[in-house]
Amino acid sequence: MSDKRVGMEVSIALAEAVRMANADCIAAYPITPQTHIVEHLSELVADGKLDAEFVPVESEHSALSVCAGTSAVGARTFTATSAQGLALMHEILFIVSGMRLPIIMAVTNRALSAPLSIWNDHSDVMASRDCGWIQIFTESGQDTFDQTICAFRIGEDRRVLMPVIVNLDGFTLSHVVEPLYLVEQELVDKFLPPYKPLHVLHPDKPITMGAFGMPEIYSEAKKAQDIALRDSYPVILEIWNQWGELTGRHYHPMETYRMEGAKIALLTMGSFGEIAMEAVDRMRERGIPVGLLKLRLWRPFPFDDIRQAVQGLETLVVLDRAISFGGIGGPVCSEIKAALYQQPKRPKIFSFIAGLGGRDVPPEQFEEMIEQAMKMKGKKKVEEFTTIGIRG
Amino acid sequence: MAKPIDQYTWKEIPIGCVVTEPGNAREYKTGDWKSQRPVVDKDKCIKCGVCWVFCPDAAIYRTDDGYYLANLDYCKGCGICARECWTGCIKMMEEEK
Repeated sequence: MSDKRVGMEVSIALAEAVRMANADCIAAYPITPQTHIVEHLSELVADGKLDAEFVPVESEHSALSVCAGTSAVGARTFTATSAQGLALMHEILFIVSGMRLPIIMAVTNRALSAPLSIWNDHSDVMASRDCGWIQIFTESGQDTFDQTICAFRIGEDRRVLMPVIVNLDGFTLSHVVEPLYLVEQELVDKFLPPYKPLHVLHPDKPITMGAFGMPEIYSEAKKAQDIALRDSYPVILEIWNQWGELTGRHYHPMETYRMEGAKIALLTMGSFGEIAMEAVDRMRERGIPVGLLKLRLWRPFPFDDIRQAVQGLETLVVLDRAISFGGIGGPVCSEIKAALYQQPKRPKIFSFIAGLGGRDVPPEQFEEMIEQAMKMKGKKKVEEFTTIGIRG
Repeated sequence: MAKPIDQYTWKEIPIGCVVTEPGNAREYKTGDWKSQRPVVDKDKCIKCGVCWVFCPDAAIYRTDDGYYLANLDYCKGCGICARECWTGCIKMMEEEK
């Protein structure tokens, strides 16, 4: 392991991880706040530092379509996008996962228009929640760098063969300069062998990919796809463990912070975990038994980790960074509630929505969520969700 | 295919639904979709092959004596051959007749 700590913008660190993973093809269309990732990759290719094809395309629909083609011929393939770009890819997201092509994509999470916003929330990826990709959320720059390398290894594993989305918060993570440890190329080469595809599109041995699925076979195909995504869970753990052994940096589907003796917990995804830790520290100082749960693995959804993590809790406060309009409110909270519904003992769960379209959520607002949840706990009727930091 | 498509369990489906046997669409007989079939009057046919050129399903074949007939296992009865035929030798007949 390299013990040289460097200051680096997280987008650049992510692009360096793609270089170290020795990607063969990158097809991307620039969109804020993903731009620094693909700009840096195009420079690396142009400078001969990464032996890859960089395909500048005319849209994100084309970006992911090119990726589908290059992955089908056996190339290690990467792309990155954000918000409207992810929305424009929507059709191809499902095609890629159905075809089991292990494309790796960084999504710098950003709010969806309208009104037009270039700033961070999770509405983009939540609208693509059911696309069949493995989905990971990162909290820090180090985390983003490590998870990008791990994503290639996870997606390409013969037991998995799935596309992977690495979610990082736009600007609040992507544009931040952080001190981080890069690893030696030798370590990455050892950890991530060259991609050996199961099926390759080649004229010497013709096969059909993305064929027609008649009613007689479609349901079986979808069941197989769902089981395959669920079955990727132990492989993800195995690969994170290996990475932990090599680097000393260990990752889990559900990260916990100060959960010892906690009666109340906050649950977040992404970079807000770091701010929530600050809030938890402050409340612990005041003697409030608060802990923090940070959900890293969004798909496959880690049911057992969640059920394990809430044991002994009386109250759970879930922060969502997206709204399911006219529905349950927060998509993360609705899934947490569903995961715990059948449990004989479960905490009271309160859904909060904050941090939309780049709105900051300072530690005081996390404290406010806990205080509001404590008040609501005794009430017979509570709203589906509560918004925090919204005027009026 | 090794066995009919409706006998595959979800565990037996190749990863990514890849079809490793080229050209097996031939096993899927689409001819039963049609409600009309092309019937050729050989007295009028000049063996030009324009029907063969236009058939969108490549369902028309050339016989040993040079006529062009539709393989009814695959012909969907669209009628393009009858429409394009220069001499009007192809007539579309209702399937039940």
